[in-house]
Amino acid sequence: MLVFIIRRLLQSLLALAVMSLLVFVGVYLIGDPVAILASPDATEVDREQIARALGLDRPLWEQYALFVGEALRGNFGKSFVFGQPAMGLIFERMGATVELALVATVVSILVGLPLGIYAGLRPDGIAGRSIMAGSILGFSLPTFWVGLMLIMIFAVQLGVLPASGRGEVGSFLGLHSSLFTLNGIVHLILPATTLALVRAATTIRLARAGVREVLHMDYVKFARAKGLPERRVIGVHVLKNIMIPIVTVTGLEIGSVIAFAVVTETIYAWPGMGKLLIDSIVNLDRPVVVAYLIVVLFILVMLNLVVDILYSVLDPRVRLGEQKG
Amino acid sequence: MSATGQDAAAGAPAMRVETPLARFWSEFAESRLALLGLALLTLVALIALLAPLIAPQNPYDLNQLDIMDARLAPGEVSGDGRITYWLGTDGQGRDMLSAMMYGLRISLSVGALSAIFAMALGTIVGLVAAWLGGRWEAVIMRIVDIQLGFPAILVALILLSVLGQGVDKVLIALVIVQWAYFARTARGSALVERRREYIEAASCLDLSGPRIVLRHLLPNCLPPLIVIATIQVAEAIALEATLSFLGLGVPVTEPSLGMLIANGFNFLLSGYYWISVFPGLLLAVAIVAINLVGDQLRDVLNPRLRK
Repeated sequence: MLVFIIRRLLQSLLALAVMSLLVFVGVYLIGDPVAILASPDATEVDREQIARALGLDRPLWEQYALFVGEALRGNFGKSFVFGQPAMGLIFERMGATVELALVATVVSILVGLPLGIYAGLRPDGIAGRSIMAGSILGFSLPTFWVGLMLIMIFAVQLGVLPASGRGEVGSFLGLHSSLFTLNGIVHLILPATTLALVRAATTIRLARAGVREVLHMDYVKFARAKGLPERRVIGVHVLKNIMIPIVTVTGLEIGSVIAFAVVTETIYAWPGMGKLLIDSIVNLDRPVVVAYLIVVLFILVMLNLVVDILYSVLDPRVRLGEQKG
Repeated sequence: MSATGQDAAAGAPAMRVETPLARFWSEFAESRLALLGLALLTLVALIALLAPLIAPQNPYDLNQLDIMDARLAPGEVSGDGRITYWLGTDGQGRDMLSAMMYGLRISLSVGALSAIFAMALGTIVGLVAAWLGGRWEAVIMRIVDIQLGFPAILVALILLSVLGQGVDKVLIALVIVQWAYFARTARGSALVERRREYIEAASCLDLSGPRIVLRHLLPNCLPPLIVIATIQVAEAIALEATLSFLGLGVPVTEPSLGMLIANGFNFLLSGYYWISVFPGLLLAVAIVAINLVGDQLRDVLNPRLRK
C-alpha cells in the first residue's frame, strides 16, 4: 500500500512537471500582456519598462527556469493586474469554488441515487421511464442555459431566490462557508442546483445500471430467500455493491465539477476561482492562469489517488500494491 | 454519415436473406424514443441546411435590420408592417427566428465537423498504436490517458485563450479535446479484432501492414467509433455553445446558438426572456435528439447485447 502511494505520488509529480511546462509555454503564446497593461498613449520606453518590471523581456527558457525556481519555493509570481501573489489570489477564492463543487456533488448523490435505484427496480414503469428521460435531458441541456432559465424563473419571475453573489459567509470551527448563514444558503441554491444537474443525471444512470445488474446476483436471491425484508436487501446488499462505480466516478468527477464551476460562477457572479480564471484569460494575466491550472492539476492528481485508495477499501478484491504501473 | 459507416461495417460478412442494413434498421426502430430523436434530428438538420431559403430575414444583412424594432416581444409586427417576428427580436432588431436558423447552421456544422476530424485523427492514432504495439503504443496511450484526465472544458478554455477567436480556432480546440476518446476506443477494439482469424488470414496472404489495417481492421472497428462520434457531436455542440457563452468561442459576427443565448443573458434580467430562451430550446432539442439517436445506436451496435 505504502509503496503504491509513493509510486503514485512520484508519477503525479512528473505529470505536474510536464504539465507546468506545457501550460507555461501555452500561456506564453496567448498574447502580449504589456499591450493590455500599458495605457494607450504609453511611449515605447514605458512599454519596455513594464516588460522589464514583469520579467517579460527575457527569453522564454529563462522565464520558465525562473518560474520553476520560484515555484519550488512556493512563489508563483505576482498577478500583473492585481499586483498580489497569484497563488494567494487563487487561495482566497478557492474556498467559494470548493464549497460550490462539494455542495453540488452531495446534492447530485442525494437526488441521483434514490431516483436511479428506483428506476433500476422498476425499469419498465412510467416513473422509471420518466426518470431515465429526465436523466437524458439532464446531461443534454447545456449547463449555462439551465442556469439562465433558473435565474429567469426563480429570480426574475418569482423573485424568491437571489441571482448573483455569495451572500453572507459565516464561520464555524474556523471554517468559512455560506452554509452557516441562512442568507448564504439561499444564495447557494441556484448555483449548486445548476452545477449538480449533470452529475445527478450520471448518478441516476450508474445507479440504475448497477441495480439492474446486481438484482440478478446470487447473493441478492439468497438474501431474499433468507426472508430479509426488501428494505434491507436493497438498502444493504444492493446498495453496497452498486456504490463502487458511483464512488469512483463521483470522486473522479469532482475535478471536472470544479472545472465546470467556471461556467456556473460566471452566470451567478459567484466569487470563486473559476470566475477569476475567465477574468485573467481576458486580461492576459499569465501568473494567475498558470497558478489556477497548477492548483486544479494538483486537485485532479490527488483526487485520482484518493479514489484509488478508497476503491481498495470498498472492494477488498482490489490489491493496490500488486497492481502494475 | 452513420448509415454508410454501418454499411461498410456490417457489409463485410457473408450476406444473409435479410440485408444487414434492414436488420440494423428494424433493431433501431424498436425504440420509439430513438425514432422521435431521429425525426427531430432530421428536422433540425433540414432547418439548418435550408436556413437561407426559409428564414424570414437574413440576420447578417444590416440593411434588413431596423433598430426601431429592437426587443419586440414574440408575435409583434415590425414597424413598417413587413414581417411578423414570431419569436421576437433581439437588442439590434434582429428577427430571432432567422437568427436561430443561421445560428443552428454554425452550431451543427461546428459540432459535426469537429467530431469527424477528431474521429479521423483519433482512429488513425489508435489503430497505429494497436498495430505497432510496444513502446510506441505505451507512449501514445499515456498521452491519451493524461488528456482524458483533464476536464474537456478546461482544455478547451486554455486552448482557445492561446489560439484566439474564430470558427476555425474553435474547430481546432474541439478536435484536440475530442481525439483522445476515439483513439482509446479505436485501440481497444483493434486489440480485440487483430487476434481474429481474418486478420491472421490477411497476414498469411502477405498483405502489407497499411492494407491490413485500413481494409480489414478499420471496417471492423467502426461500430463503436460511430457510437462515440454521435455522442461527441452532441458534446461538441454543447461545448462550443458554452465557450461562446464565456466569450471565447465564435466571433460576434457569426453568432452560433450559444452566442445568441449569451447576448440574451444581458436582457434576461430586464424581462426580455425570448432572446435567450428560444435559442436555448433549439440547442436543447438538437442535443437531445442526437443523444437519443446515439443511445439507441449504442444498444444496436453493441455486440454483447445482440440476440
